[in-house]
Amino acid sequence: MITTFRIRRFNPETSPSMPYFQEYKLDTDRADTVLDALIHIRETLDESLTLRCSCRGAICGSCAMRINGHAALACKTKVQAMASERGIVQVEPMNNMPVIKDLVTDMAGFWEKVRQVQPWLQPAGQEPEAEYLASAESMNHLTGVMGCIMCGACVSDCAALEVDERFVGPAALAKAYRFVADPRDGAGRSRLLALNEPGGMWDCTRCMECIEVCPKGVGAMDRIMSLRGQGIQAEVPSTCGARHAEVFADLIYRKGRLDEPMLAVRTFGLRNLSRLLSLLPMVLRAFVRGKVPKTGPFHRAIPGLEKFRRLFQRMEERP
Amino acid sequence: MTTAYEYDVLVMGAGLAGMRAALAAHEAGARVAIMTKVHPVRSHSNAAQGGINAAMTDRGDDWEEHAFETVKGSDYLADQDAVEILAQEAGREILTLEHMGVIFNRNEEGRLGTRRFGGQKRARTFFVSDFTGQAMLHVLFEQLMKARVPVFEEWFVTSLVKDADGRCAGLIGFEIRTGQFALVKAKAVIVASGGLGRVFEPSTNALICTGDGMAIAYRAGAALMDMEMVQYHPTTLKGKGLLITEAARGEGAYLLNRDGERFMKRYAPNMMELASRDVVSRAGQTEINEGRGVDGCVLLDCRHLGRRLIHERLRQISDEVHSFAGIDLTKEPVPIRPGMHYQMGGIKTDVDGRCWDRHGAWAGVPGLFAAGETACLSLHGGNRLGANSLLDTVVFGRRAGRCAAEYAREVPTPHVPDSTVGMEQQAVSALLSRHANTDSVATIRHEMGVAMHTHLGVFRDQEGMMTAKETLEALHDRYSRVGVQDKGQVFNTSLIRALELGFMLDCAETIVRSALLRRESRGAHFRTDYLHRDDAQWLKHILVYHQPDGSPRVAYLPVRLTRWEPKVRTY
Ligand SMILES: Cc1cc2nc3c(=O)[nH]c(=O)nc-3n(C[C@H](O)[C@H](O)[C@H](O)COP(=O)(O)OP(=O)(O)OC[C@H]3O[C@@H](n4cnc5c(N)ncnc54)[C@H](O)[C@@H]3O)c2cc1C
Ligand code: SF4
Ligand code: SF4
Ligand code: FES
Repeated sequence: MITTFRIRRFNPETSPSMPYFQEYKLDTDRADTVLDALIHIRETLDESLTLRCSCRGAICGSCAMRINGHAALACKTKVQAMASERGIVQVEPMNNMPVIKDLVTDMAGFWEKVRQVQPWLQPAGQEPEAEYLASAESMNHLTGVMGCIMCGACVSDCAALEVDERFVGPAALAKAYRFVADPRDGAGRSRLLALNEPGGMWDCTRCMECIEVCPKGVGAMDRIMSLRGQGIQAEVPSTCGARHAEVFADLIYRKGRLDEPMLAVRTFGLRNLSRLLSLLPMVLRAFVRGKVPKTGPFHRAIPGLEKFRRLFQRMEERP
Repeated sequence: MTTAYEYDVLVMGAGLAGMRAALAAHEAGARVAIMTKVHPVRSHSNAAQGGINAAMTDRGDDWEEHAFETVKGSDYLADQDAVEILAQEAGREILTLEHMGVIFNRNEEGRLGTRRFGGQKRARTFFVSDFTGQAMLHVLFEQLMKARVPVFEEWFVTSLVKDADGRCAGLIGFEIRTGQFALVKAKAVIVASGGLGRVFEPSTNALICTGDGMAIAYRAGAALMDMEMVQYHPTTLKGKGLLITEAARGEGAYLLNRDGERFMKRYAPNMMELASRDVVSRAGQTEINEGRGVDGCVLLDCRHLGRRLIHERLRQISDEVHSFAGIDLTKEPVPIRPGMHYQMGGIKTDVDGRCWDRHGAWAGVPGLFAAGETACLSLHGGNRLGANSLLDTVVFGRRAGRCAAEYAREVPTPHVPDSTVGMEQQAVSALLSRHANTDSVATIRHEMGVAMHTHLGVFRDQEGMMTAKETLEALHDRYSRVGVQDKGQVFNTSLIRALELGFMLDCAETIVRSALLRRESRGAHFRTDYLHRDDAQWLKHILVYHQPDGSPRVAYLPVRLTRWEPKVRTY
């Protein structure tokens, strides 16, 4: 099967150093992964093609990149599944982080955000002589999140990050959840308080991208929702974040759709003008990227709202 | 332009061994830093699936039994004093890891649960589903962040520097992102750079396992020991050689030949599929060679284990088999074959990680330490037991870290002229500026791997190994002329692969050299021209040293026996 790989290349040492697409044609096998193909290209066609890779087995997290527009591990993606009818596969570096060269991105910011959630066990009280006792279920549950290989795919495709780079992002939040949900950890409340700040757990827009692209089934968004739940249960003060969620729900109840400007105004309060103004650059970015609906910024209620409200009521009736 | 850094202890490598060593040195009060060619969590340790051994006395296990099984597994080549330390300190180390945050699987009482691994009668393998290595690696990295140990991340080490007295004085490397060289001075250096799997093709090892540290230490005067002992794992996927963990058999999977026969009953009637790895690999390869295989493979059958167990305990490999071989573990047996997996040999150290002998019985480099797969104590001798390697990395990583910190307290800061960096940089620039010819690094690398696999795999003989030796000489010659296409400074992976190939060729040469010398069959070193173990002649280690002209010099050391006399080995 002849496949054309359309690869976005970038070399900061050439001038002018602008990204461009380069095409390579390759005879690929049914079993080949995109990583096999890229390695084949660099070994036989172009040694300078630059990417990170190591394990070939979807465990080291090195080879995340965008394949046909979505982040994925090259070593876990079959060429056959991706090739278009014309036999083309498009490969680009991850989004939401600077590119160093070709498919290699700078992940310093990614790791800085992971560090922000203080990702180490902080037990309360004295260390036991033997192991900590913990139920098999709780530990089994944690292995699901522990499966995160820190590949960055979720961060690459996160919609919230695209408009606001201060958001700590899905990978770091899933990591935070790993500690909040660990029965051995004693810092749960202070962790939740930290996540309650702007840029924390309330900034996720629930676009589900992080769930879609994760190669390890970590389900970052679900973990973020669990964190919010735990935050509310632990009665962390109703800050902007929590208010954001409440207003979010209320607006949807009243209009059947999200009214972003109203959301911001009611979250921060009209008197908090400086905070509102600080959102302007983000709004502009969102506008430039076509994330603001064409119908204009202020929304009317959607048709069929009654049915929708009944849904809400039914949800609230549930225990 | 170069920058100079200075530490008490400098660690090369951020896998389990390197990070454990750095933490121990940090706790002992040393100023410590790590240099690693990939981000710590990308290290190869995360590929370890099955688990980590420990005989916990508080639950009725017996460390002596663990030690004995390790010695027997090694075909009596292991140094028994080192094995005793490994088995004795294992339980404590597991608890330390648990306290740091590793999520080990639990039993019904909420205590740590175990599974059974090969070569052992008791279930003493602690595990995290089937991604134990990853779970441990990420937790050690968390601890490293907490301790704020500086990490030279994505720095490639090219050589070890010594002072005028021949003491280790630091490392030279370059930042991959900028191509900038630096000398990092240190009173003690710990090499923890992992294995050399890619010297063979195929291999279960990651693409970065290229024996860099072994070659760098060897070139600087350290001894490489037991290099002929290369482990082939019985169950690797055809094609790229990805591993299917021994835990599958530990949980009860069968090995079948084309007639559906559990052939292990003819080779190891008692332990069956869980005999030690060299035995199972030879059995599988014999079935294939004698025409009872299926398309160059035998079969691993998990169907009777049930969906639930597979999901809970073998999730990662069931995903892996599904995405890389298109097979549903619960419905079909998987074609597998023996594949290169682990290097038992490595940089010779004592039980505290020192690469020199304070009593002068063997030569080495003062101030140099090693730990993990790159080191050789010898713990694993002729054959490593499954789940003993992770244990090796943490127990001896910790010991090396502590000992290096103590050593650093006693010695003055070494003197090295800054011009050393310039010389190293020039050597690399020379390689970089060489014109690309029709040959390529990838071709040489591939030919080396195939030659090693063909002639130094499960079965070996004089003739084949001589062929490999000649091939390597020719490849070495070609290597001295090959050029790289990418001439840039920024993230030049083309250059890195060329440098790695140089390291691999050195390692390959020491493997062939040692294997030719050992005229017997022991553990993983099985010669069809010398079928039996010969304790009278060969109850000893082979050490090789680098000489200025590039050729290896050979020395021998007796095996240290404490309480177990060599016996005939049956399973
Ligand atoms: C697929 C697989 C499964 C396994 N399963 C198990 C198991 O279940 N149980 C078990 O006990 N063992 C298992 N093993 C073996 C075990 O995983 C390894 O032996 C062990 O993890 C090695 O750890 P390490 O710290 O020595 O090296 P590694 O984890 O390989 O780390 C090496 C480090 O050195 C650095 N480095 C290398 N060269 C350079 C250079 N030139 N410059 C700078 N840095 C450099 C790398 O960046 C890396 O950080 C398995 C091995 C494989 C391949
Ligand atoms: S959550 Fe998934 S996509 Fe995100 S870093 Fe972890 S493994 Fe990668
Ligand atoms: S669901 Fe939330 S965290 Fe996940 S990608 Fe979307 S915005 Fe980001
Ligand atoms: S190469 Fe390791 S995740 Fe793809």
